[in-house]
This record gives sequence, C-alpha cells and structure tokens, in this order.
Amino acid sequence: MAQQSNVGKFINKYAIFIVLIVMVVVLSFLSPAFLTTQNLINVLITESGRGILAIGVAFTIISRGIDLSVGSIVSLTSVIAASLVQDPSYSARIFPNLPLLPPIVAVLAGLAAGTVVGMTNGALIAYTAIPPFIATLGSMIIARGLALILTNAYPVPMLRPEFKIIGQGSVGTIPYVVIVFALVAVIAYIILNYTRFGKNVYAIGGNVNAAKTSGIKVKKNLVAIYAVSGFCASIAGILITARAASGIATLGNNYELDAIAAATIGGTSHTGGIGTVPGIIAGILILGILNNGLLLLGISPYLQQVIKGIIIVGAVVFDMRKNARQK
Amino acid sequence: MEEYILEMKNIVRTFPGVRALNGVSFQTKRGSVHALMGENGAGKSTLMKCLVGINPPDSGEIWLKREKITIPNPHEALKLGIAMIYQELNPVVERSVMENIWLGREPMLRGLGVLVDHKAMYEQTRQLLNELEIDIDPKIKVKELSVAKMQMIEIAKAISYNADVVIMDEPTSSLTPNEVEHLFSMIRKLKARNVAVIYITHKMEEIFTIADEVTVLRDGNNITTNPIAEINIDSLITAMVGRRLTEMFPKMESKIGDVKLAVHNIEVPGLLHDISFDLRKGEILGVAGLVGAGRTELMETLFGLRRKSAGEILIDGKKIDIRVPSDAIRAGIGFLTEDRRLNGIIPVLSVKVNTIVANLRNYLKYGFFLNLRKIQSDCEEYKNRLKIRTPSLDTLIQNLSGGNQQKVLVARWLLTNPDILILDEPTRGIDVGAKAEIHTIITKLACEGKSIIMVSSEMPEILGMSDRILVMSRGQITAILDRKDADQETIMRYAAAKANNNKVA
Repeated sequence: MAQQSNVGKFINKYAIFIVLIVMVVVLSFLSPAFLTTQNLINVLITESGRGILAIGVAFTIISRGIDLSVGSIVSLTSVIAASLVQDPSYSARIFPNLPLLPPIVAVLAGLAAGTVVGMTNGALIAYTAIPPFIATLGSMIIARGLALILTNAYPVPMLRPEFKIIGQGSVGTIPYVVIVFALVAVIAYIILNYTRFGKNVYAIGGNVNAAKTSGIKVKKNLVAIYAVSGFCASIAGILITARAASGIATLGNNYELDAIAAATIGGTSHTGGIGTVPGIIAGILILGILNNGLLLLGISPYLQQVIKGIIIVGAVVFDMRKNARQK
Repeated sequence: MEEYILEMKNIVRTFPGVRALNGVSFQTKRGSVHALMGENGAGKSTLMKCLVGINPPDSGEIWLKREKITIPNPHEALKLGIAMIYQELNPVVERSVMENIWLGREPMLRGLGVLVDHKAMYEQTRQLLNELEIDIDPKIKVKELSVAKMQMIEIAKAISYNADVVIMDEPTSSLTPNEVEHLFSMIRKLKARNVAVIYITHKMEEIFTIADEVTVLRDGNNITTNPIAEINIDSLITAMVGRRLTEMFPKMESKIGDVKLAVHNIEVPGLLHDISFDLRKGEILGVAGLVGAGRTELMETLFGLRRKSAGEILIDGKKIDIRVPSDAIRAGIGFLTEDRRLNGIIPVLSVKVNTIVANLRNYLKYGFFLNLRKIQSDCEEYKNRLKIRTPSLDTLIQNLSGGNQQKVLVARWLLTNPDILILDEPTRGIDVGAKAEIHTIITKLACEGKSIIMVSSEMPEILGMSDRILVMSRGQITAILDRKDADQETIMRYAAAKANNNKVA
C-alpha cells in the first residue's frame, strides 16, 4: 500500500520525463531514422532557439505573469543584428555607408534591443500596474512593427560569414546553437535555485503580498524578470538569424506561443510560484520530438497541430489534478 | 424524548494517510443552536463537509427527519434543506445581491422560460430581506457590502432554500462586536423559525451567549456532548485539548528598558490622524480597537507598506526614513501580517523558502549565490526552537496546519533578528494548543529584550499579554492604558469612543 503510493508519487513527480522517454522509445521502434545521432542533433538544433525563449518566458510565468512579446523580440533582434553585418559588397544594404563592424557589435546590439524591450515591459507592469498580458501584447505589436519599418518588410540577406558561423558552426558534432542552449539552461537553473533573485521570482509568483512584506523589492524584480525574458529572446533571435543566414522581420512570429506551450507542458504553473528548468527542457523536447517524429512517420503537419494542442491542454489538466491531490 | 431532526451515526472519513473522522456521531434538534468545538484538525469542518456533500463519508449513516439519506454534493444538500455558511464567503462580488441569492435558480419569465424575470427576482428578494429585517437594497452590488452584510445575505439565501439545518463555520472571525450582536439576533430568528443551527467556533465566550448544546471533537472522535448549562470554560478546554492548560496566558515579567521606538504625529490622509506613542525595550504593547479602527493601517505605515503624509519615526532616538519594507527590515523591524493566507505564507513554496524569504540578503555568498547549507541549518534550528511540526523543511507550507504556518512566519521574522516585532493578530484562527505556544514565544522574546507591538481583537489575549494597551478608534489613539488600569469594559469604552482629540475621556 505504502509502496504503491510511493510509486504514484514518483510517477507524479517525474511524469513529464517519463512521457519524454516513452516517446523516444516508441518512436525508435516506429521509425528507424529517429534514433540516429544526426536526427537527434537536428531536433536539438531546431528547438534550441525556442528552448531559450521558453526558459526566458518561464521566468515571467513563475512570477505569475506572461510575456507575449518574445516572438517579436526575435524578429526585431534578427533585423537589427543582420543589418549590422551585411556583406559590404552587397548593394542593397540597410545601412549602405556602414563601416565594417566586428560581428560582436551586431550581437551586442541585438541583445541590447531585446533587453530594452524586456525592461520596458517590466517597467510598464511594475509601475503602471497594467496586466502583463496587455503590456506584452502591446510591445509585441510595437516590436513587430519596428522590425517591419526598419526593413520595409524585405529580408536582410548576405550576412558576413563571421556572423553566420554562430548559427552554423559546431564543436565536433555539437553545433554552437545547442551549446548556447545548454549554457542558458544551466545558468537559468543556477539563477532560479541558488540566487536571491531566483527565490524572489518564486516568492513574487507564489504570493506577491507576502513577498512585499518580506522586504522584496517587487517592482525592481519585475523589471529584471522581464529583462531576462527579453534577453533570452534576443539570444534566440541571434542564433536563429545566424542559422538562417538572413534577417527576417517575421522570423519570430508565433514563437511566443511555442515558448509558452513548452514552459506549460514542462509544468510551469500559470498560477505562479511553480516551474523548473529541467521541466521546461523536457517540455520543449517533447514538442520537438513530436514534430520530428510525426514528420518521420509521414503524418500531415495539420494533424500535428491538433495533436500539439491536445498535449498542451492535457498537460495542464494533469498538472492541476496533481496539485489538487496534494492538498 | 425530543425528536432529532438530524442524526449522523458512526461517520468515518479518511484522507490519504489520515483518519480524519473515526466513527463520529452527532445529533441535533429543531430550534436549537448546537456548537461544534475542537482544535484545528479535530474534524469539525470535515464532519460538516460530510454533511453537505463536499467530502461524502466513507462509512456511517446520515438521517434527516427520520429518513436515511445520502448526500453526494452540496447542491443535493441544499435541496434537502441543509445549508452551510462558509468561513470564507465566496459571493460573486461584481453582481447584485438578488442575483447572488437566486444564482442557479433564477425566476424565469413565463412563456419563454429562457429569459430571467428580474422584476420577480427583485420582489422575492425584497420580501425575503424584509422578513428577516435585513436592510439591504437587492440591487446593490455585493462588493459594496461589508463582510457582515455578505453573511446576512448568505443566511437569507439559506432561508430561501427553506433550509432546516443551517451550518455556520466560524461566522464571527471577521466581524466587529456590533456585527456579532446582529448576527446573534439573526441566529435567534432562525431558532424561532424552528431551524437547527450548527455553529462551529473557536471562541469560548460566544458559545455561552448563543449555544444550547455543545459537542467537542478531538482527533476525529466524539469527546463530549452537553447542554450549555452543564459546562464551563475549563471543562471545555480540557475536553478540547485533552489536558489542562495550566495557564492560558503564560506571561513572564520582563525587564522594561529605554524607549526603543518613538512615533510622532503620524498622518495618513483619510486613515490615520495624529498618531504618537512610544515603545520600550522588553515591552509588549497591545493594540486594541474595533475592526476598521486603523490598527493594521498604522502597522503597515510603520513598516513602509503605506505612505504617511506627515509625522516621524525614531528608533533609539534617531530619526529614520522608512519608505519600503526593506528599509523597515534594515532598521530592525519585523512584521507578522494579519492575514496569514493573503499576506503571509507563499503556499506553493516549501517551509524552508517561506522561512528565509525575508532574510535572503544575509545568506549571500559572493554577493549573488545563496549559502544553502547555512539556510538548512538555520531553518532546522528554528524548527526545533519554535516546535514547528512539519514532515520536512521541503514540505510545501500549504500542507501545514494554521498554527504551524504561523510559527513558520514567526521564524521568518526572528531570522531577520529584529529589535521591534509587530504582530498583527498573531493567533487568529489557530487552535488553543498552538495559541498557547505562540504566546509563550512572544513573552520569551520580550524577556530577551525585544520590543513587541501586538495587535489583537481578542480581549483576553490583549489583557493577558500586554504591558501597556494602546486603544484606537477611527484612525486615532483614544487611550494608552497601563496593564493594571485595563479591563475589558474600559478598553471597549475607548474603542467605541469618538476621538475628539480628547485622549482621556
């Protein structure tokens, strides 16, 4: 009896990882092409960008907020960074008279743009008290518009190879983008679990009044939380742009929804205070493997969307029941 | 022998790991108020939840009007005439009184049957409220009402279902004395209508005013059932805790030192006016007053949660500037807030995180990382010192009893090592045993030289614990009394006084 309930507890606690493993096992049987190094690396490359996005968004969700602007930040970062590293031989450059800049300048400019949008979100939420959904909905539309204005909706092509290598190079078989994703995940894990800021994020999401009376500077922390989300989004923007070898003003459209879905499937609770980095990574991998596996099995991409939607809702239903049972 | 309207026989209810009700039996008669008492976790609420179908019993029988019934859900209970007024009311605050009363069974326009007949709804509501002598406009939004009036509406709703059994779960926990009086007259009206009232409470004095019979539960078992005339407070407490509480208020005499905190002429527009007092080292200053007198607001102002428009705060004779809570914490003030669930605990986080959350600054390594080992050992220490009962420090705080949650919050503030500790209703809603433990902790802290401000609505607590008593009324201080000059009547007189800048009336 007691043992059974321990098994139950174990399953509850690690459900998301069990689902992930089961998916891998099942797909390995169904498709011989699935469990190959190249295929798995492909999955990781595809999901790295959105994975970084999901980690950033999770900070806002744990604090009982949301960030809808991350997809647009990807786009904005993409066109800003790309416009600074176009090959001088290309005649239709965004900035025709731009001197040859080191690529790091483009990277930093992109990161700065994302962080600024994030901080603006945070400041709006903290100091005007408008709901995060609305604040980030507004900045999502604004950032998308800015990206289009800058490029007139044309792509920003012909990027210099020193920049493209970020997205296309690798150490052995492991691409840089995957390494960056892993680094972001480790750093986020450390921040959430071992720093004061991390504890503040959980406390604010768990009970903002208690956080306030405990002397936590809620407003400053909110600015920081949304800055983290914007910063992560701009990292993703740079990686995806470098891989695509072109800046595109619509690059990140709908990415925010994938990121929110991954965080949610990974057990990040929209009621605040709950969420872990391993869970989020499992969430993004489940989505990625699902995409990949269904593709390998030749299932229609439209049906894939239906399945994805069902999984998202199912994950949250499971989570709610799990939390209700604990009470 | 008188007929029982309701009989519950050998009710058993288990939750994973706990046998919450261990064969409890309970009977009640028409036109009688039956008080149900016991410590938190004794099974009072669980028993009532069995009765209204929130947690149907595992075994046992329920008989209503000599018929055996099963109650699968609260809706069925209502149809059978069993209504419960919950401790935390949950009205649809943005909608009108009448819509709340008729929610889910709105009168419909004849003929069509799909459109609500608002006229009939209004008339029926008015009639109902008139009958009960409740003076509330049926069209007013519920959010405009005080908690007391919302309760009246709930009672009216119960009557509108023709309930024969009305259960009230700690209905007075957030009422002023006047409102309690009004509630009691309402309960007497229910009695006169031959309704059986089941009344759950922690407050001793209430049951001697209103109850006809008292049943005490302990650890999911029946302990006693007696007519009110045959019991007294001592025997009740003994029955509830299973041992004698030798002293309800274990106050120790502490050495009272110099002035620690001085407050001069604090103003908060519309809330506080001309507040001045001081607090000495080793002193417990009780703060009494009615709900709405501004006691909590004053504490929030001292702690930087509210902005003052004038006045100053001195600690050790030095003027300090408190704008946000972290300023107050740095100045050595701790604040145990009034509403544990709303402002205190972070339910989804562990006991450990809840303990250290106000003190993260002191656990920093290299300015950024937390010293987890020190956190663990400090939490262990306070867990033992305050006798916090929890399976582990990683247990979510929401799984602890109210008393233990409160001890975690006390630990939170002790960890910040404050010189001044503000306690706002430190024992509200926690059981007798845990209450005495918290009182012991408070008096020990005073003996260690800490200065304590204790806001409380419970007279015995104020009188039993304080060295001096500050009484507030309508945002002003109406009296500061010495322990030896204070009694219940004096305090009540000042608490009800209209302060005419005339402090000693």
